Amino acid sequence: MELVVDNIRHKFGELTVLDGISFTVAEGEILAVIGPSGCGKSTLLSILGGILQATAGKVYAYGKPPANSLNPLTYIFQDFSLLPWRTVEANVMLPLEHHPLSRDEVRARVDDVLARTGLSDFKTAFPKQLSGGMRQRVGIARALAVNPAILLMDEPLSALDAQTRDLLMEDFLALWLRDRISAVYVTHNLSEALYLADRVCVLSRRPGRIREIVTIDIPQAERKAPAAQVRLAELHDAMWKLIKGEAQEAEREMTHG
Amino acid sequence: MADVHVLPRSAVNIASRSDLTEVPFRGGGFIFKSHKGVGIIGFIVLFGLWELSVRAGWVSPVFLPSVSDVALALWHLAASGDLWLHLRASLMRFFFGWGLGTSAGILLGFCIGVWSLARGIGLPLVSALFPVPKIALLPLFILWLGIGESSKIATIGLGCFFTTVIATFSAIDAVPRNLIRMGQSFNVPPLAVLTKVVLPGALPGILACFRITTSICLIILVSAEMIGAQYGIGSLIILTGNLMQTDQLLAGVVVLSMLGLCIGYALSRLERWLLRWR
Repeated sequence: MELVVDNIRHKFGELTVLDGISFTVAEGEILAVIGPSGCGKSTLLSILGGILQATAGKVYAYGKPPANSLNPLTYIFQDFSLLPWRTVEANVMLPLEHHPLSRDEVRARVDDVLARTGLSDFKTAFPKQLSGGMRQRVGIARALAVNPAILLMDEPLSALDAQTRDLLMEDFLALWLRDRISAVYVTHNLSEALYLADRVCVLSRRPGRIREIVTIDIPQAERKAPAAQVRLAELHDAMWKLIKGEAQEAEREMTHG
Repeated sequence: MADVHVLPRSAVNIASRSDLTEVPFRGGGFIFKSHKGVGIIGFIVLFGLWELSVRAGWVSPVFLPSVSDVALALWHLAASGDLWLHLRASLMRFFFGWGLGTSAGILLGFCIGVWSLARGIGLPLVSALFPVPKIALLPLFILWLGIGESSKIATIGLGCFFTTVIATFSAIDAVPRNLIRMGQSFNVPPLAVLTKVVLPGALPGILACFRITTSICLIILVSAEMIGAQYGIGSLIILTGNLMQTDQLLAGVVVLSMLGLCIGYALSRLERWLLRWR
């Protein structure tokens, strides 16, 4: 399934936060969306998944989701959004409960995703007992349990410390290399985008417009290799130049109120 | 791995330095230590002084009977069976009144919490009626419902109703919106969002209000029983007060204190069980 985003504009009251956003997310692609804080990245993601209504423009799904997909557009949240009163497995079960699945099917799906995210030993733990990294693993497991066609990831690693972030990035890439689930990956972190994305959509400061869509022309599996580092550094610099001016301006605007 | 140089331990040679001053510790105090079993000391001192002042004749036992007299009176009340009659009447009123008021309050609080029209209509009404001391309505309820149990139960129920409404919808307001949006993003049906996200999320706030409403209801219970009841701890206290039987009066007060403690204990057990995820 592909996602087609057509000319999205969004206003909060009189304030335009997004303007003229159009792109497509191809089957099996990770599209990173990067931009200075307050540029409307998260707003865009809410619009993509249908939990916020855009002022103008439409989002279309093209093609059919996988046959066993229970929720084609599935979020992974920055704050994990786990129910604190549910154990790990009960949290993963939540999106399955209103579907006509047998107990065994639910059990099988939950056990499978918990194993894939390395959570099998923490089934009965409550979120409070887990570290931030483990909590986000639960968030990822819950998303995978519904067999999504496209993952909508809202700064999924921003709430984590640098080491946990690297660990989770590697784990997520391993998962993605296996299943190639499309994803829109909103972040303000260039190295996350460079490590994971096929293409990076660079947004301007508010009102968010697309500055450029940069293709990272190295397969994800090879990005840790020494041979790739020169090209990645070039791309990093190119994108940093685009973002730097925007970020500086955005910061100046914030200080002036 | 490339060579990584680490400063060897011996590089810090304390013995060879004469200009060292130790950094003084200044983080003491303000730390709570647990003193097990000292709670009893306060009671021993208070009761000891009390007993002593009565026995030494510093105060008249008519106005302040000694601790042992109060204990004896309590024993006699229990042995004669009177205590159970009073306690049963009080407990019955308390649980019916509090139970009805709380259930109705949670129901309306939930409506106000999740439905904006109900909030628009209900909130001004609740705000207007909340400050009225509910015991002031007892005479009216007696006119409407008679002097029997229903007027007392209605007053007690009303006493906790408004507090429960306010606590319930505030607790619902405090449920993180992102959890509700998470549910919606997984297509969880609205009713299931209410039962699986909103209700458990609001539960801590609702349970916390039980502590307040049970103590409100205890106050109203005793006041209502003082106004007119044959049995009940409140009527025992007002009756023995009129007859200057201060030992029995204080025995009634002790029973009320015990009752409050038991309710508080039961509530904390309930909280610990229902909120074991915290």
